[in-house]
Amino acid sequence: MAEILRYDRVDIAYNGRRVVTGVSFDLQPGEILGIVGESGSGKSTVIKAAMGLLGPSGQVTRGDIWYKGKDLPDLSPGEMRRLNGPELGMIFQSAGASFCPIRTVGAQLYESMTEHESVTKADFTHRACALLQKIGFEDGMRILNSYPFELSGGMQQRVGIAAAMLLNPSVLFADEPTSALDVSVQKQVVEEMLLVRESFGTSIVIVTHNIGVIGAMADNVLVMKDGQMVEYGKTRQVLDDPREAYTQTLMAAVPRLMR
Amino acid sequence: MQPILKVENLTKVFKSSGRPDFTAVDHIGFELMPGECLGLIGESGSGKSTVANLITRLTDMSEGKVILDGQDISRLSGRGLRDAYRKMQMVFQTPTESFDPRRSLGDGIGESLRNLGQSRAEVKARVGSLLTQCGLTPDFAGRYPHQVSGGQCQRAAIARAIAIEPRLLICDEATSALDVTIQKEVVQLLGRLREQLHLSILFICHDIALVQQFCDRVLVMYKGKIVEEGVPDAVIRNPRNEYTKRLIESIL
Repeated sequence: MAEILRYDRVDIAYNGRRVVTGVSFDLQPGEILGIVGESGSGKSTVIKAAMGLLGPSGQVTRGDIWYKGKDLPDLSPGEMRRLNGPELGMIFQSAGASFCPIRTVGAQLYESMTEHESVTKADFTHRACALLQKIGFEDGMRILNSYPFELSGGMQQRVGIAAAMLLNPSVLFADEPTSALDVSVQKQVVEEMLLVRESFGTSIVIVTHNIGVIGAMADNVLVMKDGQMVEYGKTRQVLDDPREAYTQTLMAAVPRLMR
Repeated sequence: MQPILKVENLTKVFKSSGRPDFTAVDHIGFELMPGECLGLIGESGSGKSTVANLITRLTDMSEGKVILDGQDISRLSGRGLRDAYRKMQMVFQTPTESFDPRRSLGDGIGESLRNLGQSRAEVKARVGSLLTQCGLTPDFAGRYPHQVSGGQCQRAAIARAIAIEPRLLICDEATSALDVTIQKEVVQLLGRLREQLHLSILFICHDIALVQQFCDRVLVMYKGKIVEEGVPDAVIRNPRNEYTKRLIESIL
């Protein structure tokens, strides 16, 4: 099967200083790729590059990011805007903070949807409620009529997933989606992302420092350190039998529950 | 043997106008023996940090008693409280924020020693050896919190906490903000200091696996109450409380 996303020897620099060097990987349709590494390893930068979210000081200085025959770093802001949302979705670490605090969740989801397709309010409500129900909210209307601060951190995070999924993107980028959550809610969010893949065939790139989350959902893992790829392979092989010394150190440092 | 810390009936009710009262800590009691490392786990909002703040008197309690080394410190203030802090120190979650941004790390670490009347030269020498003991070099004394990494700053915070040779260390998510490799080093440092200085530790943490590795005994908090208590291995393998069961099943 042809890959849906392909990073080809990508270098990324902020203000001319290179922070990511030579990152290459392929993402198949329906694949979940985990990117792990410590703070400052460049893992978030890698996915921001695909979304065009590097900001004015950041730039892809070498290599290509191919998505459906398009080289993402070469696209104009207008073209990028058309892709972001319906094709490439993103979930942030604190989804609650990415909502506007003074408008209801429903109004904001409706706005994001009308930006990309013509949809009636009734049709939107129907689709949003169906999606919210799928990710574990019994009463979708109550969520849509809520303000972000009326929802708990875990609920906000799940609404963030819903916001990204509403446009049914082919690739979902998730930047530390569970790091701010308690373990019980974390498990819920992981299960919902797995359900999203199962229901829609979405490919997911998840960036996290949480090895447990990677073990529970990723097919493949890419380990990063100081902006470089240290190891890339099947999840079980990288987690249980790492080849590189750094990955071994990292895995040995993870506290494991002995049941 | 007398417990180093005894908490009786400890309660905190937060009152705010227009809202119902919120009981963050609900009549809890426990003992911490000298040299023991006691873990306190629970999800966010369960009241763990409030417990730490009540014991250290950073928040006023609504009800109950905190007995430190045989002395009731629940109502102390001023000099009495300062004396209590010679026996009890705290390490916080965000090391960078726990230091004054305008003062050097050495200044922060040596503050308690200067307050005890030690001379500048004595304090300087002691700060240098404390930093070395915590895996840094004496030149870190001249650096500012923003000039060091999170892990280095937490080592400095630990140096500050052990400066006046307390008997009890209260660690509130002291390693949660650190990368796992750094977390491992800081936990090893705490373990070593515990042996060397015969410290008792109250280790507040949401990572059950880490508590299992590091603590002798664990308390599980849920909605302000202690719902389970025991040796970590026993609690994890055979949780009796419904909530504890759910918590352990959630671990990926």
